[in-house]
Amino acid sequence: MMSWLLVMPIAIPFATAVFAWLARMRPSGRWISLAGSIASLVASVALLLAVLEHGVVAAQMSNWDAPFGITLVADYLGVVMVVITAITGLATAIYALGEIPQRMERLGYHPLFQTLIAGVTGAFLTGDLFNLYVWFEVMLISSFGLLVLGGSREQLDAGIKYVALNLVSTLVFLSGIGLLYGMTGTLNMADLREAVANVENQGLVTVVAMMFMVGFGVKAAVFPLFFWLPASYHTPSFAVSAVFAGLLTKVGVYAMMRMFTLVFVGDVGFTHEILIWVSALTMLVGVIGAAAQSDFRKILSFHIISQIGYMTLGLALYTPLALMGGVFYLVHHIIVKANLFLVSGVANKLAGHTDLNRIGGLYKSSPFLAAMFVIPAFSLAGFPPLSGFWAKYLIVKASIELDNWIIAFVALFVGLLTIFSMTKIWGMAFWKPHPDGIDPTPDRAPDHVRVPMMIPIVGLAAMTIVIGFFPEPFVQFAEIAAGQLLDPSLYVSTVLGVRP
Amino acid sequence: MNSIIFTAGARILVSLLFVFSLFMLLRGHHLPGGGFIGGLIGAVAFIVYSLACGPAEAKVALRVSPEGLAVVGLGIALAAGMVSIFFGDPLFTGQWYWVGGDSYETSLFSINSVLVFDIGVYLVVLGSILSLAYAFEEET
Amino acid sequence: MEALTALIVGLLVAASVYLMLARNFMRFLFGLILLSNAANLVIFASGRMTPGSPALVPYGADAPLGEVGNALPQALVLTAIVIGFGLLAFTLALAFETYRRLRTMDSDKMRLAEPKEENQ
Repeated sequence: MMSWLLVMPIAIPFATAVFAWLARMRPSGRWISLAGSIASLVASVALLLAVLEHGVVAAQMSNWDAPFGITLVADYLGVVMVVITAITGLATAIYALGEIPQRMERLGYHPLFQTLIAGVTGAFLTGDLFNLYVWFEVMLISSFGLLVLGGSREQLDAGIKYVALNLVSTLVFLSGIGLLYGMTGTLNMADLREAVANVENQGLVTVVAMMFMVGFGVKAAVFPLFFWLPASYHTPSFAVSAVFAGLLTKVGVYAMMRMFTLVFVGDVGFTHEILIWVSALTMLVGVIGAAAQSDFRKILSFHIISQIGYMTLGLALYTPLALMGGVFYLVHHIIVKANLFLVSGVANKLAGHTDLNRIGGLYKSSPFLAAMFVIPAFSLAGFPPLSGFWAKYLIVKASIELDNWIIAFVALFVGLLTIFSMTKIWGMAFWKPHPDGIDPTPDRAPDHVRVPMMIPIVGLAAMTIVIGFFPEPFVQFAEIAAGQLLDPSLYVSTVLGVRP
Repeated sequence: MNSIIFTAGARILVSLLFVFSLFMLLRGHHLPGGGFIGGLIGAVAFIVYSLACGPAEAKVALRVSPEGLAVVGLGIALAAGMVSIFFGDPLFTGQWYWVGGDSYETSLFSINSVLVFDIGVYLVVLGSILSLAYAFEEET
Repeated sequence: MEALTALIVGLLVAASVYLMLARNFMRFLFGLILLSNAANLVIFASGRMTPGSPALVPYGADAPLGEVGNALPQALVLTAIVIGFGLLAFTLALAFETYRRLRTMDSDKMRLAEPKEENQ
């Protein structure tokens, strides 16, 4: 039974992709996609309930015992990522009803989208390193497709860079897998924990750990490796860039969190120290890059980078409080960031562009949209009592507890600059009058387009507020997740001890 | 390619390759072979055919779109993996029913989910390689 | 045998880095193909090079008889080759389409999605 709970969140999007492809020429294709997204959410919540009951849930595919077969495993961190993936998937599936034109649906938007969700979910649930690589590739190939779908010249240019740099990163990751297997003879993550500790030459382990850090670092867009992100995220359709912004980089962060708490813990003083400074620079460079931009989506893209720094910082500080903050930040960030990209899509529909110099007047004509922008934007910057405040509070507190004042200062300073960028968007897109004298009233988008685009925005904003005002259960959840990361004995015993 | 020898020879070669690809598909699981290698050989058959007679005719011969083949194959493979839900086993556990015996050595033949999965893989490989090959061919 | 493989991997990586530093995207792609082969070779070599027969179980036996090669890295490397093939073929198709639309393979000139450079 457990095995099916774990399989369903992956199998449902795959099956939906097949049916959505068969129906891609008909309007029913989009409804199949929507139904599939709802079903995956239900399946993920069922898995969440099972994890809440048992702590860690694991299953062996095809009845091959661990560590020989493929293991699917969900602990607190894994399952919350699966649920949040399903939520983001549902939100963008609704949004796509309004935004995605029929031409793109016929090219296969919905099947690609569902395959992407399947790949992301698989990456969160797998307990096997090579399987993780396979899910990365599933995710990559569908994201390539989505990125260039429609095929404008700008998209092709962005696609080339995205594809090239991501392929290099997976190859580094793959070589790391090969070397790790050569040293330990296993690829099951739970089994690796002990096997890596028993390797004679720990220096080699650290070298391989750095290969993994680089491989995942490119995916997560950390400091010296982020260049593909601002070059590509502003080109595809808004639903696509929302899902990319919400989920794709976070898979890299998740993989880093998993590997650097479960497997590579032999030389924390070296690997995690590097990660601290990488995180600090990621935060700073991202936010400064954002300050130089004047396009709605480009500003948001650079902010993804700066926010990634907070999450990896949570991992790098490597205390219970910091990891707890990291997990909390991960969840909060996916909701908020996806929502901001969705808002930028509506702003584009109403005011006609995403270049901030060419739009304006949104506050006057659509105050509701303005309110829906303010909630995630202020949450991103860390205003109390929104969700981002608690996330930043935990991280900053953790760094102060370690007497790492420089990091704490950087984290707070970056928050300040984030407010600057958000007020810049606010001032230029919402406050100032439209330069072309257009009045961007909601009527500029017909109801059947605007309503499906607004529903997910309102829903995600409501989630931000709920997390902000009632952070207690979420913080407790993150605390247990962090505890499981720091002491993975339950994870290891469940994976290796489970008999089908 | 306008070579009469190649065009005439291709007809024999294509049919031979196709039979060989099906042989490989059916041989799989217990012996070297299987859906993946079968699909590759099948794709080679189609590519040879399209080199000899032109991509347009090869498309007519395939009848369905290669992308459709790949997606349907994915569905078949997934369904074959899911069959084990009805037998209480984890995903992708092979289900076997032996006709005239109770094991590989004693029975005449078997009805199993593994072959269905292999057929799915066969279609995925055939479809995806052909769609890539056609994408390049059309441009030239 | 491992030493020789390691040398080949090193050579492949060096060649691929050289190619990837080129401005022309096609050269970059060829570098990527070499790098992919280097990674595959690393996985293959990680199973240790032993003189043995293929890991096939004969009729009536429960395990392979005699010395056999490690089958797992072979399976992994097969998967990696297939995935790599798919991705590289896609990238080649993408590069081709990009060339058709942008009329250039020079990555310095491919900056439609990036801000304009003023002093150039």
